[in-house]
Amino acid sequence: MKLWPVIPLLAVVSHIAMAAGDVETGKQIAMQGNNQGATACVACHGANGQGNASAGFPRLAGLNAAYLGKQLRDYRNGSRDNPTMNPIAAALDDVASRDVAAYYAGLDPVGDSTKRKESASGRTLALRGDWDNTIPACVSCHGPGGRGVAPAFPALAGQHASYIKAQLQAWRAGKRRNDANELMKVVAERMSDEQIQAVADYFAAAPVQPDTGAEQ
Amino acid sequence: MKTTLVLISSLLAVTGTGIGQERDYQLELPDTPGEAPRFTPPPDSAIPDNQFGEMVRRGRDLFINTQQLRGKYVGNDLNCVNCHVDAGRRADSAPLWAAYTMYPAYRGKNDRVNTMEERIQGCFRYSMNGKPPPSGSEELTAILTYHYWLAKGAPTGVALAGRGYPKLDSPDKTPAIRRGQQVYQAQCTICHADDGQGRKAEGEHIFPPLWGEDSFNWGAGMHRINTAANFIHANMPLGKPYSLSEQEAWDVAAYINSHERPQDPRNDGDLKTTDQTFHNHQCYYGDKINDAVLGSQAYPNPFE
Repeated sequence: MKLWPVIPLLAVVSHIAMAAGDVETGKQIAMQGNNQGATACVACHGANGQGNASAGFPRLAGLNAAYLGKQLRDYRNGSRDNPTMNPIAAALDDVASRDVAAYYAGLDPVGDSTKRKESASGRTLALRGDWDNTIPACVSCHGPGGRGVAPAFPALAGQHASYIKAQLQAWRAGKRRNDANELMKVVAERMSDEQIQAVADYFAAAPVQPDTGAEQ
Repeated sequence: MKTTLVLISSLLAVTGTGIGQERDYQLELPDTPGEAPRFTPPPDSAIPDNQFGEMVRRGRDLFINTQQLRGKYVGNDLNCVNCHVDAGRRADSAPLWAAYTMYPAYRGKNDRVNTMEERIQGCFRYSMNGKPPPSGSEELTAILTYHYWLAKGAPTGVALAGRGYPKLDSPDKTPAIRRGQQVYQAQCTICHADDGQGRKAEGEHIFPPLWGEDSFNWGAGMHRINTAANFIHANMPLGKPYSLSEQEAWDVAAYINSHERPQDPRNDGDLKTTDQTFHNHQCYYGDKINDAVLGSQAYPNPFE
């Protein structure tokens, strides 16, 4: 214990960063924006945080709060780059970011498992990976059925294929760089266009709740 | 009866084989020669649709989701696939196909011929901190059949490239727990958490606990600093093999294995004797680390 004073210090820091936000305040920002210049989240992400597939705006509902809060902070400090989100996040301080994250994390996840035909190659990649090319199974980090593992690994199940595809391409091209230890970057760099499309389609159609589909 | 047997075997260990010589049942196979033949296991899609194929699939399923045997044969939160990446297919990640062709094997250290079944049972006893599935049980047969399937077409009795974990050279600096902690904080906590207990989703461990009562016990091969360093260097972080320096792998292996974990099931109550008999290798069992002797506060095996 006396040898390692770094442990309690880190614990305190992460506690502050991950403190729960206020859902009601978050909801207000999501619906109306704030007087610092943040526009209403619902304008793009939908009334229920369901996102917009054709525009490539991600579903936020039901994603874990720590992940959402980190993305807002990363947009604000520029470690995640997006011309729409950067100025909005700049108007959300740490507390507001946490509040918005808490609001969206508390919403029921919305998915659309009816529209698309499941991709067999996407399923294999998601559940088993492609180890000949050192690509782990997506679910080995993103959790059973791709429903996420807090705090760092967001849910993919029910996320829009357009968004998943765009993010994987961004990682592969070095345009998105805010993953821990480049864990996503190195995997995305090994993925082919076909694999990106297949896995995006697979997760877009995957059930957002456990026990509703035949997962591994 | 049990006590007598244990006493006799302990005496044998001390007097018969001599202090300092290891009597360890989870033995490491000899090194694979550098120019060993390569082998590729058959793809899952080739598993036949018959009763044999069903047993292969059952074995694969148990291998990936070993937690379905929790309470029956498994006493911790691990799955086989945690240490055998890609469901036992991946070279340099202790692939099943490379192990299968090397058994049965005589080991001078325990003076008997060890079978593949016994080797798998050893994994349950130590790595899974559980109870070995009996020979002939559906579970053991399924896992053995999966091994056999993966080794289909491999030469029997020939050391294959990619077996076990690639052996690292001795480190430049003696592995240090404190340096290892820094590596751990930087590279491992995202998945395994500050407290080494991994992370769960929907009630299941997605990232396994590395120490503590839900991890492998003091008899498992992975509690050895060298074995853990070899595994880590070639396989961790997942998706980033060989990204740590060799020294970092040694140091973080030391850090991970400097924590208390479930008791070595061969411990008959005397830590010192157990240490001298079974732990003459690179590990901290019986050593005083951070004011406590490791093994003295070990967690009990839930089946005993």
